[in-house]
Amino acid sequence: MTMSTQPAIKIPSVKTEVFETVFGSLSHYTKGSIELVTGKKSHYAFSNIFEVAGQSAPYEKIVVGLNLGYVIETLRAEGTSPWFTCAHDEFVISVDGSVRVDFLKLDAATAQGDGTQLAGELPKGRPMGYVLLKRGHQALLPAGCAYRFEASVPCVLLQQTVQGALSVEKWADICLK
Amino acid sequence: MAMLEVVETEKALSFENLVSASAAHPITGYKAYTLGAFKLSRDEYFARIEWPAKGERRSHLIPADAFLRAVMRDVAWGFFYGWVNFDHVFGTRNLYGKVDMYAGTFNGVLKAAGVDYTEQFETPQIMATFKAILHDWTNAGFDPFAAPSETGTAFGRKHGDNIEAIERFRVATRRMPGLEGDSPLRDDLPVNRHFADVSQDEPEVHAAEGFEGQLHAFSLFKYLSRSDVSWNPSVTSVCGASLFCPTTEEFVLPIVHGNDRIEWFLQLSDEIIWDIGDKDDGTPRARITMRAGDICAMTADIRHQGYSTKRSMLLVWENATPNLPQRYESGELKPYPVEF
Repeated sequence: MTMSTQPAIKIPSVKTEVFETVFGSLSHYTKGSIELVTGKKSHYAFSNIFEVAGQSAPYEKIVVGLNLGYVIETLRAEGTSPWFTCAHDEFVISVDGSVRVDFLKLDAATAQGDGTQLAGELPKGRPMGYVLLKRGHQALLPAGCAYRFEASVPCVLLQQTVQGALSVEKWADICLK
Repeated sequence: MAMLEVVETEKALSFENLVSASAAHPITGYKAYTLGAFKLSRDEYFARIEWPAKGERRSHLIPADAFLRAVMRDVAWGFFYGWVNFDHVFGTRNLYGKVDMYAGTFNGVLKAAGVDYTEQFETPQIMATFKAILHDWTNAGFDPFAAPSETGTAFGRKHGDNIEAIERFRVATRRMPGLEGDSPLRDDLPVNRHFADVSQDEPEVHAAEGFEGQLHAFSLFKYLSRSDVSWNPSVTSVCGASLFCPTTEEFVLPIVHGNDRIEWFLQLSDEIIWDIGDKDDGTPRARITMRAGDICAMTADIRHQGYSTKRSMLLVWENATPNLPQRYESGELKPYPVEF
């Protein structure tokens, strides 16, 4: 028999690794933090989009990111939105829940300048169809079209666009200080 | 501007005549490279960088795996925006056409001691040299784009290569992936093991008759769940100079990025911790924890490095407008985005 000074090694049973991907939602998010050494927390303009959407009116376009005129806006989709239009491409991502986006090919694309604009109560145009977005889905909002959101259950949207007349800035209310 | 165009790194190999390489070392098997007054070599464990200062040769060692992960990003990103610090000593600064390579210049202590050194190179020359280093120093089984638990070791003497892994480049998207003539979706790539629970459903697109192909939507989270690389911002939507560049993150960002402009981070899933330091001398400023839904600005006067235990989804938001570096440096633009 071989003698050994080493204790018998027990090999632990290896569990299959399971990973849970944590997304946020209107009803469940855990905001992070800033551990400051020097400077000001406000310079980082730190907010949480689910918290912001929870505190805003439906389809209010709250600016959560601003970079020299370009913006990221957070919207709470709830019920039916107005018709919007824009002179340039915009993009929308659902980050919580389901939303329907209807599109109109406007007879006369009236939007000029930057950012989202209202397209009026009943814009004239031909229905282009619709897309159904769930969490993590992204849609193109093509330049010169009109679009409208509809959500039966409150949902959170991110919009990539340019700062416009409908963009709402309320940094002091939403950011860590 | 760099990020809106295809990074023409493939062409760099045609500049091979710009690369100054030694013969393979008789023991380790690796070549050494000269770039101006810099000398770069590697052994079983370390990349070694040497430069002249105060009449002497100075040197710095970086573990080979960390060095290769950093040079991989610098090459794939075409030197990116601003400063790409490989660590607290060595790195590059993109001047868009030219690139500064430095040792100690953005380290408060080394700079004050006068032992730092910077040399400027034409982009094709430094790109060709970095690519040659990646080709020679990356062994079979090591993928410098992967997280440590996904790949083999970078250490040891030269054994084979991994050309396939280092030939992946930043995806160039003109408008949005999946559109005709634009960058492709990732249906051909497998779902990463950390994202096995991420829904693979695509959105429903119901185009009316006559408008087929004009409506466009895709599952961004599915797309990200199939990213085969870590820490590699890739464009997924373009609104003028506003670029959404989401990426999947695991382990440590292999560089410490000091941007020449403001950028924003939006955490799409899980959690990342960012170490924030002064851009010029590296002293600590803050540590920021971001969880799903958090958004914050990386100011133009800091450098940052992220840590992500679980592979996470991060939206990096860039403004690719040219001449921003000059406007921040001149003080015309403040380093932070809003005042309140």
